[in-house]
Formats: sequence, structure tokens, C-alpha cells
Amino acid sequence: MQVQPPLPATALPATAFPAAARTVPPAVEFRDVHLHYFTDKGETHALSGISFTVRKGEFISLVGQSGCGKSTMLSLLAGLIRPTSGEILINGRPVSGPPPEVGFMLQQDSLFEWRTILDNVLLGPEVRGMDMMAAHHRAERLLKSYGLGQFMGHRPTELSGGMRQRAALARTMCMQPDLLLLDEPFSALDFQTRLSIADEIGAIIRSEGKTAILVTHDIPEAIAMADRVIVLAPRPGRLRSIHEIRFPSAGDTRPGAFAAREAAEFQGYFNRIWGEMEDHA
Amino acid sequence: MPETVSVSPGVSAAPKTPSPAYRAWQGAQRRRRMLIALSRIALLGLFLAAWEIAPRMEWVNPMLTSYPSAVWQATAELIGDGQLWSNLWVTLVEVVISFAAAMIGGTAIAVALWMSPALERVLDPFLVVLNALPKIALVPIFYIWLGPTGSIYAVAIAVSVFITILMLYTGFRQTDPNKVKLVRTMGASRAQVLGKVVLPGNIDTFTAALKANVGLSLVGVIVGEFQASTAGLGYLIVYGSQIFRMDMVMAAIVVLGVISIAIYLLIQMLERRLAR
Repeated sequence: MQVQPPLPATALPATAFPAAARTVPPAVEFRDVHLHYFTDKGETHALSGISFTVRKGEFISLVGQSGCGKSTMLSLLAGLIRPTSGEILINGRPVSGPPPEVGFMLQQDSLFEWRTILDNVLLGPEVRGMDMMAAHHRAERLLKSYGLGQFMGHRPTELSGGMRQRAALARTMCMQPDLLLLDEPFSALDFQTRLSIADEIGAIIRSEGKTAILVTHDIPEAIAMADRVIVLAPRPGRLRSIHEIRFPSAGDTRPGAFAAREAAEFQGYFNRIWGEMEDHA
Repeated sequence: MPETVSVSPGVSAAPKTPSPAYRAWQGAQRRRRMLIALSRIALLGLFLAAWEIAPRMEWVNPMLTSYPSAVWQATAELIGDGQLWSNLWVTLVEVVISFAAAMIGGTAIAVALWMSPALERVLDPFLVVLNALPKIALVPIFYIWLGPTGSIYAVAIAVSVFITILMLYTGFRQTDPNKVKLVRTMGASRAQVLGKVVLPGNIDTFTAALKANVGLSLVGVIVGEFQASTAGLGYLIVYGSQIFRMDMVMAAIVVLGVISIAIYLLIQMLERRLAR
């Protein structure tokens, strides 16, 4: 499974390699990734010529209409599927199978109802054969710091939607990932919970210095949480534009996801990204 | 920022002193439950009375139907000379062994099919046909091949093993795909997906298969005994009908009914423990 198709040098866009990348590999790198699906009905060109890099500690949002391959890109990063051609690197190493530095959060919290919250959080370390004593301490610390200290022995059905999503974050963090892949993790929540959980989880991810890639339909959410927003165009899925998100009006430090929505620059970003997605509707 | 206070639904109990309206509602509920229980008892009593009276009044031929008091006497006789216990024991042993064999074998095959989708694709049509085939039709073949005792087990296992495989395998395949995806992103092997998600997520399927199978094993054993045996409740039924002792036949059937109830209660207990 280690064999990667050789990459023609001409396929590498020069911009994919900033000078610094030669010494410290970027957290994530897509190199001219193409993906074709084959089914009985025919062939689908799902992704076409995707190339970009993500710096360590950066928060990226991927937006685009359904069918543009956003979630597929996360599946590629998580090693669940392999590209037809091109290469995907995490910390400079090509992805072949689920990489240990990746933590995945899905739209459904998928907490196991037959396990307690604590045992749910311990699932990742169990599967990966990590030191369970240390994992146990970590799980307890995480749950306490996410406000779930009293609920460690509870079943998932006894928790509210927001609490369940925080438990899911604890489960992800307990594997000590460097790179978080967030596949619409908030979209199953009601609007109020969604805003506050996004703010909270965004703050946790930033404070721990994790790299994160968020896939979402929600343009305001994408802007509020990210350092860069990548807009994808559909059929075949390809990069349309990349927007640097800066809020100079809010001071030197980046405002939290909730406060960012109040920043003066927010509406401008929204209009531009909205317009780009409209073009292809 | 988010305020999450109230959890654990169902914990918020009623106030300590119930209101008169609530008391009245409780009383009405209790009366309704009583009425249902009484109706059931009355229905059973009515049936037994009709069964007793109709043959005695010669409305129906008592040779054909027997009647409860005669069945009761026959049961007492069978208990008295030890015949009931020995035959019951034979049948129970056969049911328990073939039931366990069908459950264990069926689960093992369902797991193998899940572990190897290629195997499943090859075997699928055969399983469907074998499941649809009336296993009772195989009784004479089993008898010739395996003799009187072996054929009883063979029928009972054949009756329940295919449905076990299909029920469990269908349940395995319908495991929440998000949960499977989640553990796969954690790097789980196929065996780990099975152990962490598929098996624990299918406890309900498993108890449903258990429920279906006790009944089916009992059917298989009785049919097997019809053909072959020299002991067991099925033998008692066939023997009684051959010497035209309908009271003996009915007594054996009543005992079968009691076994079914006992098994049902046993499974209910097991289900509660698993669902805990």
C-alpha cells in the first residue's frame, strides 16, 4: 500500500512550495490531486487538480456547494480513500491509511450509546493501542475542562446535543491529534447551540495550537472560525479561490468565532464568498 | 458560554404530595389494568368451560376432543408414573443443545460473512434458498443419514440456523455507517470494527434472533421426534394419537405450552439484563 504513483514534475504548481516549506514541511499538502469514482453506472470525476498547503496551527474552512468534493477531501486526508493521481502529505509524509496524527469529527457525534461518556472518549486510544492509563487521565482532564466532569459515567442519551458534541471533541482530542478534520460538526445542532459550540470549540482548537480543516455549508461559520477560507467549485471539484481572513479592526489578536461575526470586515468576506458560490449555482 | 443545566430526562419526579387529580388518574389506570387482567382470566375460563361442557353434552364427539378434566387426569397419571418427566427431559435436552448449536454456529457464520464480503457475495443466493426451503421436507433424509437421535438435532438446527445467519448478517450490515466511519478514521482494522462497533451495536438483533430461535428449535425438535424418536414430548403426542388417547395428546401439548411460557419469561429476563 506504500506505492504512490510517480508524480510528473510539471504537475507541481510553483506556488505550492513557499521557501519555508523546504525546511519545515507544511501540516497538510495536496499535490495535484485527482480523484475518479468508478461505479457500474459510469465514471465520476470527483476532484480535479487540487493543490494547496496548510501551515501548522492554521485553521482552514472548505466551502462549496454539495457535490464539490469537500467531504471527499477530508476522507482522502483521513486515509479512507486514495487519490487516483497526485499526492497528499501530512507533516511531509504521504498518506497511506489512517494517519495517527489525524482526529476526525463528523456531523453526527456518533457516540456509542452502549458506552458511558468516559468510555466513549477512550475509544480512540483503545483502537490505536495507546497507553490506557495515560489515556484515562487525559480523558478525565478533557471532560472536566469541557464542562462534562459530572457526566463521565452517564450514557450519551442523557446529554443534550451541545454536550454530546463536546464529548465528541473530547473523544477526538484524547487521541492527541495534530490535525483536526471537522466534517460539518455543528450542523446537526440548533442555531443557538451551534453558535456557542462553534465559538467554544474554535477557542479550544486555537489554544491548543492544532491545525484544523473545517468543511461546512455555512459561509458565516466558515469565515468566523478560519484563518483562510477555500472556495471549491463543483463537478469536477476544484479550487476556485482562497481568501485570507483578517480582522484588523478587532485588534492584534484574532477575535473568537462569535466576536468575529461582529467585526467590520465580516460582511465584506461574506459578500465576496457568497458571490463566488452564486456564480456556479 | 453555553448554558447546559438540565439533563437526565425522567429524573424530574412528580411532586411529593400528588394532587387529587393525579390520584384519580392513578386509580383509573389501576382499574383499567385490573379489567384487562380479569378479561384475560375470564376468556381462558370460558374456553375451558366450553371445552369441558361440549363433549360431555355430546355436542361434539369426546373421543376427538377430550376435555379438560380428562386432560388433567392424564397429566396427573403421566406425572405419577414418571413418564412426563422423562419425556420432558429428553425434549428439553434436545431443544437446548440444538438451540445453542444454531445460535453459536449461526453467529460464527454471520461473523465470517461480515469479515469477508467476497464470501458473502458468493454464498448469498444459496443462503436465501436454504432459508426459504421448508426444512421439514428434509426430515426423512436426515433420518436415513443420521439415525433417530441425530436426525432430531439436525432438523432442529436446520430450522433455526439459516434464519439466525440472515438476521444477524442483515443487522451487521445495517450498523450505523457513521460509527463505522468514525472507528475507521481512528485506524481500526476490520476485526476491531467488528469488536468495537458491529457486535456491541447489534445486541438487539441478537436478542431478536434468540427469541425467534427458541420457538424454531422447539418446532424442529418436535417434528424430529414425530419421525424418529422413542422418547420426548413429540413421541408422546404421536404415541397418544396412535392409541387414540386424545387426553394424552392434549396433556403433552399443554406441557409444550407451559415450556413456551417458561422460555418466553427466561428470554425476557435475559433481554432486560442485556438492555441494562
